[in-house]
Amino acid sequence: MTTTTSTPSATTMPGAGAVAARRGGLYAAARLPRGTAWATLAASWLVTGGLFGILDAAGASDGFNLVGTIFFGTVLFDVAIWSLALLVEGRRRALDRLVTSLVSTAFVIALLPLVSLVATVLQNGLARFDTAYFTESMRNVIGAGGGGLHAIVGTLEITGMATLISVPVGLLASIYLVEYGRGALARGITFFVDVMMGIPSIVAGLFAFALFALATGNPGIRSGFVGAVSLSVLMIPVVVRSSEEILRLVPNELREASLALGVPKWLTVLKIVLPTSIAGLVTGVMLAIARVIGETAPLLIVAGFTASMNYDLFSDRMMTLPVFVYTQYTQAAGLHAQAAVDRAWAGALTLIIIVMVLNLAGRVIARIFAPRYGR
Amino acid sequence: MTFTRFTASARITAPVAALAIATIALSGCAANERGTGAADAAPASALKGTLSAVGSSAQGAAETVWAAGFQTDNPDVTVNYDPQGSGAGRKSFISGAADFAGSDAALSDDELGGDFALCTPGSGAIDLPVYISPIAVAYNVDGVSDLRLDADTIAGIFKGSITRWNDKALTALNPDAKLPDAAITVVHRSDDSGTTQNFTEYLAANAKSVWDAPASQTFPYQVGDAAKGTSGVADATKSASNSITYVDESGSAGLSIAQLKVGDAFVTINAKGAAAVVAASPLKSGRADHDLAVDIDRTITDADAWPLVLVSYVIACQQYKDSAKADLVKAYAGYLATDAAQQASAEQTGSAPLSAELATKVQAAAASIK
Amino acid sequence: MTTDTARRGGIRLGDRVFAGSAATAGALILIVLAAVAVFLIAQSLPALGAGPGELPGTAQNFWVYVWPLVFGTIWSAFLALLVATPLSIGIALFISHYAPRRLAQALGYVIDLLAAVPSVVFGLWGIVVLAPFVQPMYSWLVANLGWIPLFAGPVSGTGRTVLTASVVLAVMVLPIMTAICREVFLQAPRLHEEAALALGATRWEMIRMAVLPFARAGIVSAIMLGLGRALGETMAVAMVLSPALVVNMFLLTSINPNTIAANIALQFPEATGVSVNALIASGLVLFLVTLGINMIARYIVGRRRAFSGANA
Repeated sequence: MTTTTSTPSATTMPGAGAVAARRGGLYAAARLPRGTAWATLAASWLVTGGLFGILDAAGASDGFNLVGTIFFGTVLFDVAIWSLALLVEGRRRALDRLVTSLVSTAFVIALLPLVSLVATVLQNGLARFDTAYFTESMRNVIGAGGGGLHAIVGTLEITGMATLISVPVGLLASIYLVEYGRGALARGITFFVDVMMGIPSIVAGLFAFALFALATGNPGIRSGFVGAVSLSVLMIPVVVRSSEEILRLVPNELREASLALGVPKWLTVLKIVLPTSIAGLVTGVMLAIARVIGETAPLLIVAGFTASMNYDLFSDRMMTLPVFVYTQYTQAAGLHAQAAVDRAWAGALTLIIIVMVLNLAGRVIARIFAPRYGR
Repeated sequence: MTFTRFTASARITAPVAALAIATIALSGCAANERGTGAADAAPASALKGTLSAVGSSAQGAAETVWAAGFQTDNPDVTVNYDPQGSGAGRKSFISGAADFAGSDAALSDDELGGDFALCTPGSGAIDLPVYISPIAVAYNVDGVSDLRLDADTIAGIFKGSITRWNDKALTALNPDAKLPDAAITVVHRSDDSGTTQNFTEYLAANAKSVWDAPASQTFPYQVGDAAKGTSGVADATKSASNSITYVDESGSAGLSIAQLKVGDAFVTINAKGAAAVVAASPLKSGRADHDLAVDIDRTITDADAWPLVLVSYVIACQQYKDSAKADLVKAYAGYLATDAAQQASAEQTGSAPLSAELATKVQAAAASIK
Repeated sequence: MTTDTARRGGIRLGDRVFAGSAATAGALILIVLAAVAVFLIAQSLPALGAGPGELPGTAQNFWVYVWPLVFGTIWSAFLALLVATPLSIGIALFISHYAPRRLAQALGYVIDLLAAVPSVVFGLWGIVVLAPFVQPMYSWLVANLGWIPLFAGPVSGTGRTVLTASVVLAVMVLPIMTAICREVFLQAPRLHEEAALALGATRWEMIRMAVLPFARAGIVSAIMLGLGRALGETMAVAMVLSPALVVNMFLLTSINPNTIAANIALQFPEATGVSVNALIASGLVLFLVTLGINMIARYIVGRRRAFSGANA
């Protein structure tokens, strides 16, 4: 192993790729010794760490800047490994190393805020992540105590309903675009789906409100179902866009083989195209759910605000978790402000966990139904 | 659409539905909502139904307290107060989308001249002051905890003409404080708000020479940082050093509050002084008998008076088309003016209880709702 | 067509019904969009002709009012994508072609989860964690690099600038962009990749030759998705940004151009009369901005169908 595998991640290139990579090494002249990458990274971190340490000691900053060290150290590493490889291994391999390190850097940089976010939510959310939170609503609760059950139920029902509306419509539309679509209608849909993604969420809420107020003649209409409709306006374009992308990637050979065997087109789509791309489709749907489950602005307008339980999607106000988080945070005042803020963070944590569970379920389902092939 | 049954979508949505159903089946109902009233028997109240209101976020926290109290007294009633904002509240009430509105501003003459969807035509709507909150000038400066300010200095800071903490105007008022040689970070509301309206009203009345913008619910100058909502300005002020903001007192936890020069004395923020200013102010003229819109006198200089105050109203019909609704609103509005309700909100949210005289007027007005 | 050769009517019926419902679903999207547009236009009309005094602030007419918002929307979304695009492509490549398989799956999962963090929470995080963290850096930049117009002072005391808001936006759009890029990268034909490697290409050369061309349309989609979210994001920007009605490109001051969506969220609760119409009209403008940007993007990139499997 005297090849590119000295970069940390390269050792793991699976299967034939690794073989090919190893063989590729035969053509190159000099090699950086194994572990150079790790050593360079450690050195870079040390150097920047030292710099920040001096800054700290000189009193230019309050406290040692760990995030800064990792960030600037990693950037320094990118430059260092590229220069090293350029000197020893030549231009092509230097570029390869540079890209490898840049890709890894991108990952580290992106991870920093994400880790920080999750840590913040966990740290603040665990305070009220207790049984009471999941068995109580906020009815007649003053100050501390209470829970978010009414909001959890509302979020599950409204998002579930939005999914029931959006997924069939979105999936069928993307099937139309990929399998049937020709001409103006298809072009129009592709184009306007992108436009639809730019509808600000609050406008979707106002629209759904105006639509149902007009349709029912009730100017004060508030219900979970209207909320689900407004979420669908936001969700459908995401479903269409991601499904379309995934369906397009299904190799035409599969379709042609099926059609050649005399299978009608609709069965080809149902039995060949969809199962082949199910993993990607599920990811897309999960993304779409994730996109809307945290929406605050439209639900604030159309699903309303209540402290009590409401299981009925079609009548009366219904609380949802994002609205709950928002109002608990903005209404945190006076004696028990901290209790409200704690409830808000616990709500955020709950929301993330709900999506996590849905995601897991989606993955299991995708695995069960996906054909066994490929990676 | 029946074909979707065979597609991936149905499989994906299944767990969503299953999870929702599971939650519902398992929980049945929230633990705190299970009929405690049934065991106690003797229903204390015959009132029944749901009151839906939209309105001011300033009185949102207090409404939570009041709704809880009212629902405890009347177990079959649900009060939903949606703290979207005063403007949204008045709009909703006018269009009939809310049974009553909470608003930091009384109905304008234009609005009073129009129609109210829920009221019998011609009967009009009334403003009931139910929530009084002192507004604090709160700051975050290391080592300074007893800042004293007068209206002109506050106006100068928030207009941007006083930019450093060791400005002459500030050191003259605070000879003993160790004011840092640092820039002042002004934090104000980025959203339109009743708090800004009352704050600018106070400055426009008391610092005429400096504050040349009219009172408005939008912060008029481009100075410093803007943040959303009470909690937003409070958080921004807490996270930035050498910063200052104006905020409802209930949201000022963790910040120091400046003393205000009223007349010739420096006054520490106090709820009584705020209530006293409202009590001493005249009602707006030319309104219906039971309309209690207050024309706050910002120049009152009584001892301990705190003229930087916000009054928030409940806006209801004088006469509802639906008599059941009228009974509910009447009972709820009457409850808000009771001593119990005012004390509860004072305890929980730091509001100023209505003076006895005003409370009596509000109760009389509430009783007149038909 | 294969279906035409099918003799049994049932099959043809199935095909017709299926194609019909697919087309209906597509048309339904257009109908919904048209309905949204009609709603927006109907609600906007009173604001378009409104004069000074009726509109929020001191604007003389609607276009004066909305221009800084349009600028702020595009500016912040542009900054966010500037940060997010290279990062998301990098992360997606890392997951699809660099990280060990088991780790890659776990990482992909973590990133997906982050798409679910509600914007309110991003807003809270922006205020509580990010803004105080970056404020000292901003001070340093203004003090030392203030001669660069972008970094001109005075520095914001709270760190809640357009740059901070854009970073929050970037973090928000990262998961969705990464997920799309990753799926597309994973679909790149193995045979092409292995052929490239067998010819002695380095891993980067393999990616450049076999993966990126294949994934180009997908990457553009991902960017469009990210852009859509960044342009329309409401709550997080409303909470994080310190806005004003101005047009400037300073990254580090507290006087920042606001975005349309955030401005609606901020002003809608207290708006009355024509102001409400003005806000909805600004929503219509955002709609048109999105439309325009999509058109330009499409014109520049074109739809590269050559590399996709279907309808090649």
